[in-house]
Amino acid sequence: MFERLIAGAGGASDGNVWMPPQSSTAAPAVDRLFYFIFWISAFFFALIVILAIVFVIRYRKRAGRVAPVEVPTHNTPLEIAWTVIPLLIVFVIFYLGFKIFLDVVTPPKNAYEVQVTAQRWKWMFTYPNGHVDENLHVPLDTPVLLVMTSEDVIHSFFVPDFRLKRDIVPGRYNKTWFRATQEGAHDLMCAEYCGTSHSTMLAQVVVHPPGGFEKWLAEASNFLAKLPPAEAGAQVFRTRGCAQCHSLDGKANVGPTMQAVFGSSVSTRDGKRLVADENYIRESIIDPQARIVAGFDPVMPTYKGRLKDEEITVLIAYIKTLSN
Amino acid sequence: MSDAAVGSGGAVLGTPPAGGNYLSHGHGLASWLFTLDHKRIGVLYLISILISFFLGGVFAMLIRTELLTPGRTLMGPDTYNRMFTLHGAIMIFLFIIPGVPGALGNFILPIMLGAKDVAFPKLNLASWWLYVIGSLFAILSMVLGGADTGWTFYTPYSVDSTSSVTALTFGAFILGFSSIFTGLNFIVTIHKLRPKGMTWFKMPLFLWSLYATAIIQILATPVLGITLLLLIVERAFGVGIFDPALGGDPVLFQHFFWFYSHPAVYIMILPAMGIMSELISTFSHRTIFGYRFIAYSSIAIAVISFLVWGHHMFVSGQSNLANMVFSFLTFLVAIPSAIKVFNWLATMYKGSITLETPMIYALMFLALFGIGGLTGLFLGALATDVHLSDTYFIVAHFHYTMMGGVVIAFLGGLHYWWPKMFGRMYSERWGQIAAWLLFVGFNLTFISQFLMGSKGMPRRYYTYLERFQPYHEASTIGGYIMAVAFIIMAVYLVDSLRRGRPAPANPWGSATLEWVCASPPPHDNFATTPQFTDPYDMRGLELDPKTGGYVRRAEA
Ligand code: HEC
Ligand SMILES: [Cu+2]
Ligand SMILES: [Cu+2]
Repeated sequence: MFERLIAGAGGASDGNVWMPPQSSTAAPAVDRLFYFIFWISAFFFALIVILAIVFVIRYRKRAGRVAPVEVPTHNTPLEIAWTVIPLLIVFVIFYLGFKIFLDVVTPPKNAYEVQVTAQRWKWMFTYPNGHVDENLHVPLDTPVLLVMTSEDVIHSFFVPDFRLKRDIVPGRYNKTWFRATQEGAHDLMCAEYCGTSHSTMLAQVVVHPPGGFEKWLAEASNFLAKLPPAEAGAQVFRTRGCAQCHSLDGKANVGPTMQAVFGSSVSTRDGKRLVADENYIRESIIDPQARIVAGFDPVMPTYKGRLKDEEITVLIAYIKTLSN
Repeated sequence: MSDAAVGSGGAVLGTPPAGGNYLSHGHGLASWLFTLDHKRIGVLYLISILISFFLGGVFAMLIRTELLTPGRTLMGPDTYNRMFTLHGAIMIFLFIIPGVPGALGNFILPIMLGAKDVAFPKLNLASWWLYVIGSLFAILSMVLGGADTGWTFYTPYSVDSTSSVTALTFGAFILGFSSIFTGLNFIVTIHKLRPKGMTWFKMPLFLWSLYATAIIQILATPVLGITLLLLIVERAFGVGIFDPALGGDPVLFQHFFWFYSHPAVYIMILPAMGIMSELISTFSHRTIFGYRFIAYSSIAIAVISFLVWGHHMFVSGQSNLANMVFSFLTFLVAIPSAIKVFNWLATMYKGSITLETPMIYALMFLALFGIGGLTGLFLGALATDVHLSDTYFIVAHFHYTMMGGVVIAFLGGLHYWWPKMFGRMYSERWGQIAAWLLFVGFNLTFISQFLMGSKGMPRRYYTYLERFQPYHEASTIGGYIMAVAFIIMAVYLVDSLRRGRPAPANPWGSATLEWVCASPPPHDNFATTPQFTDPYDMRGLELDPKTGGYVRRAEA
């Protein structure tokens, strides 16, 4: 226990009393600083508490003790000392904090780039080949650069095992990077309050062993060919954020429910009625503003150019299955 | 017990004119609600902030109970989000900011100066009324379903939110004016109404701290007012200021907000530090050590506190240069607080220490505020802040400073001045029991939060990963222990009003002027302007066993 408490540097990759496992190149440096500050703090805390206790015991008013009449009212050299010494100490902490921070935030050249989109309450990771995933998959020991933006409010990308956090602000691209040192899954959380499901806006960072990442990416990008259309469609529906606005259980959300929508009779805002067939669903995805469903706002983003033709096809196949 | 007897504490000055103290001067509700007497306004503030504290505390207990288990325990996520927003907003805007200046400052400041009242009694009453009106808006917001933005109102969330954000922000806007009025009043009072002989460096340190606080109140609060107004305008008319969807900049809001809200933490802590100086010196029964360093450090805090707001935005995407500058300045602002702590410790050196309840709180402050301040070092340092920002480590850190610091000092001050305010002594034994219970509960609650925070538990989470549950359980149990402590406190304080031993004029042996005045003070405080004496010269003060109060031995 004690060993784990003080195990600031090295050998702490499975975590200790204070810190989660160290799984990125930044983590050991950050932890070393953490424990440096920790022991300085512990020293000053002990100093304050011990002095207070000693003084209370020693100078407690009691029968037989005559309190000195003349007591020191000030002592300028002493007071300057306890101004300057803490000042020097905090300068050191400041310097280390800034130096390590610079190392941590400055991405090396040729980092592998992944686009991150945060949306209430979902993560979307877009790989260079256009594949989109709900979890962040990365190769071991490779610098990964994240270019992040938000579709709505501010979120924050937080991976405790990597000691990494960066806000994701709508209307801007915030960047961050890391280099994972431990294989396996690491928790990724949203750290900036974003509403109802803020606390379940979670995902995993999956770190693949050498060679494993490329294999995963090739396979994952190939899901259209591998899975039956309806299943592939379900995956697109999930990973591309359709589920954020459309429920499957019959309840209206931001958009109408997808339950039994196919083949149903839809009334549009301008008073027309139509039957939702394949062409209508397709149009709803590519050009949502063309016909607005009565009772809803025209807020659905267009997916023209963002979804491949095959993806739209499997989406339609999936939506069809919801009408049985 | 007649009022005259209550006041006969053996004081040389200020023995009340037959049959009168400020409590019996004027009867009926209107004589309270429209009083111009700073003491009654202080009591009105005290009652109002304690009601707010109770309300904020109830929300805290609901939050802690909800977090006992992951997933749903009591309420759904939307209700939970409203709970923590209200807990934060009420505790900050309705309790801590107006707390010490409004309740204790109003009552004590003029008497400490030997004055009859503050410089602008009507402005003082107006400030309390603004407080009430602001609170009504906060209550209106609750009636309308409550806001769900967190007390920080971050955009663009707060622009989009359909919850009752406008009512709550408007309430905070009005409360800002209440705070400004109090600050204005205190500055003028301290400048104009000091007695002859009380030069700036002979002023009680509580007044220095209120003065430094008032400077921040006047200079920083308008920025919050404007910011909240802009937010309301954006919500009402869709003018793009902070919402990128309307062409605004959400991070700009954070700059504006923290430009006020960081100095605001010093609006909260500075008066608490002032109380500390009075308590430590009184109960060490010796003069304060390093008066000038303590006084100057209050002013240093007031000045530097304006330059550190960016440390709330280290992970917002702010430039590295800005991060560096704000980190540096943040470390600077730590120093004056450290100076004060060392000076308080040195004040105990060679003293004659007694451990009545207020002193217990003062000692607890040293430990708890010590932890609060030292954990700030982790957050001022850029590399560690990146990991700890927006986790429970932050939550624990600011509760150690705000509750372990401000609230503990406020309770110390309340117990210290209670006999003066109401003329009764409370049960010393129950006072000690409640204080220690609070101490245990507090540490259990928030040490658990440090531990889970650094392990990566984010704040404002309705549910959490299984592995954090033991910490949350401990934290909740600690919260319940604190609740018990506060209930005990409420009982013995109220009980003292009915059955407490009549308080002498100077029960603790303090040397500031309010203890020359009777307990409770007469309507006019002093029949004649009292003779100024050194506020920290305790020599010659001796306990009179007849009254239980201290009297100054006649000079030989
Ligand atoms: C930001 C919220 C949002 C997202 C994300 C979204 N939609 Fe929509 N969607 C809406 C709204 C609102 C409507 C109704 C208004 C309209 O017709 O444009 C709608 C309408 C539809 C309709 C027509 C429904 C009917 O009852 O006639 C379909 C089909 C549809 N969306 C499919 C999708 C698919 C597939 C995706 C994911 C690729 C998606 N939507 C993503 C908001 C959204
Ligand atoms: Cu979030
Ligand atoms: Cu701050």
